[in-house]
Amino acid sequence: MPTGANGENRSSAEPHIIVRNLTMAYGSFVLMRDLNFVVRRGDIFIIMGGSGCGKSTLLRHLIGLKEPATGDIIYGDINFTRAEPEQRERLLRRFGILYQSGALWSSMTLAENIGLPLGEFTDLTPAQIREIAALKLALVGLKGFEDFYPGEISGGMQKRAGLARAMALDPDILFFDEPSAGLDPISSRLLDDLILELRANLGATIVVVTHELASIFTIANNSVFLDAESRAQIATGDPHDMLAHSKDPRVRRFLTRGQEGGDSVGSHE
Amino acid sequence: MAAIAQRLDQGRISFERTDDLTLVMHLSGPWHLQRDLPPISLLLTELDSRPSTRRLAYETAELTHWDSGLISFLTNTAEICRARGIAEDRAGLPAGLRRLLELAEAVPEKKGARSEAPRVSFFERVGNVTIGYGLSVGEFLGFLGDLTRAFVKFFRGKARYRRIDLLEVIQECGPSAVGIVTLISFLVGVILAFMGAVQLSQFGASIYVADLVGIGMVRDMAAMMTAIIMSGRTGAAFAAKLGTMKVTQEIDALTTMGVSPLEFLVLPRVLALVLMMPLLCLFADLVGILGGLFVGVAMLDLSALLYMRETISTLTMANLFGGIIKGTFYGVLIAIAGCLRGFQCGNSSSAVGDAATQAVVMAIVMIVVACGLFAVVFNFLGI
Repeated sequence: MPTGANGENRSSAEPHIIVRNLTMAYGSFVLMRDLNFVVRRGDIFIIMGGSGCGKSTLLRHLIGLKEPATGDIIYGDINFTRAEPEQRERLLRRFGILYQSGALWSSMTLAENIGLPLGEFTDLTPAQIREIAALKLALVGLKGFEDFYPGEISGGMQKRAGLARAMALDPDILFFDEPSAGLDPISSRLLDDLILELRANLGATIVVVTHELASIFTIANNSVFLDAESRAQIATGDPHDMLAHSKDPRVRRFLTRGQEGGDSVGSHE
Repeated sequence: MAAIAQRLDQGRISFERTDDLTLVMHLSGPWHLQRDLPPISLLLTELDSRPSTRRLAYETAELTHWDSGLISFLTNTAEICRARGIAEDRAGLPAGLRRLLELAEAVPEKKGARSEAPRVSFFERVGNVTIGYGLSVGEFLGFLGDLTRAFVKFFRGKARYRRIDLLEVIQECGPSAVGIVTLISFLVGVILAFMGAVQLSQFGASIYVADLVGIGMVRDMAAMMTAIIMSGRTGAAFAAKLGTMKVTQEIDALTTMGVSPLEFLVLPRVLALVLMMPLLCLFADLVGILGGLFVGVAMLDLSALLYMRETISTLTMANLFGGIIKGTFYGVLIAIAGCLRGFQCGNSSSAVGDAATQAVVMAIVMIVVACGLFAVVFNFLGI
């Protein structure tokens, strides 16, 4: 485990998630091999790459929905991949996850959706739970929508409600799967602002799967770039640095929307 | 000039030779996808008749309209030309058409993108199917194991589920099913009575219709018919609901929240059916006997009192409880089939439909097999 933590900027240098030699596979089909990267505490970390390269699958590995073929995922000093079920469950409780479609439980109201984890894992009374649910909804701009069912609100609102649920237990780490997919530019910008606010005020580590360049350059300070062709990570670090210094044509092409790093859009060498 | 006679309102091609090496293809008329397009074989025939051709040119002065139909025709032409080493001269084509063709040819076909179905030998296929069955049996047993663990937690009062969900499922698979169960059981009673009446009245023993219907309904038919109704109604609904939750990642959201989907979703469904099936069976017994009574009174001139007395005297507690135990067990099978297929659902809306279908098929097969086993066991026990 790298020990880059020195006294004064400990908050930004302490590793929070370490991915070590991770190989992802569906049966015998290897999707990505030998991923190695470190997410520091307080980072906004982007998992990027072209469509179908395994970004969402990497996220599923990070949150324990899929087991690595080989390699380890380590949170702080706990090896998530090899942890006992109870330890894993404790760790899971510190995650907040916003799924691509929101994934709100459709048979429950928004307040019940947010209240479920609170009811399961805290000793709060129903009245307190409802208060907290209302507060979380207000934080994402959905004040007064407590008793709506997910089917009764728009897609963007569902996504925000999903975020409110992800924040229910004040998580250490927030995972976002394509947060801006299906949102108009303004809503997606508001979501970016919200992500920045969350990092600033809660000090949470945030991991985002996205290929939205505007969003990447607004929020990110660290990232990993996956490439489908070579089935490996081809760059890590701050995307701004990547844009400024990277010499890899695949990275350049992605970050400049195909204007640099090779010939016209859509061609393959 | 080899002109081919065709209808006037559709695309036409004709060929002209300027010299021995060059073939000019005239494209004329409207080339609409919606109409019949000339077959590519016309070009092949023409080329075969003059193997010396080395160059293909186009002439489109009379082309009035074109769309993707023509582009697809020309990409085929280009492939033929490449295969035969013929040079194409596209100068005669409209500019827009040329650009689209270039765009279509700009990116070479990705190797392996087109999934070719490899030829599989008979034995390989049998092997694959067998392995598939082996795996699904494994999955089934794994699911049963997980469910058993969930029930152990339930009986220790530690299972996580919402009571309101349980009540909703009970409402859905109990009271809401009463209408259809009434209809079907009544008719099954009537059918049994008719079947018996034809034979029994020949011996003047019509009264034994009451025995036939009573024992038939209570021992087997009520449980069986209720179970088949419930697998179509409730089993399919379970599979569709859980399958949709899988597609929309709601099940993932439960898992990552540290809430076991098995406890949260499957447990209430199995419980609801286990609680409701005995009641529905008992109800179906009663309605079926009333169906028999209806036939007895209306067609066989039996008195209602006599019919009921005969029914009561022939039925034993063993019949009654045997039927109810069967029904309860079928309920467990229906819930397991529905929930398992829902969990195994793929990631698309058509997969949800498949899951529902498979749940019903699986439930009915298991019910009939279980019914056969029950018959053997009950016979052995002398019930």
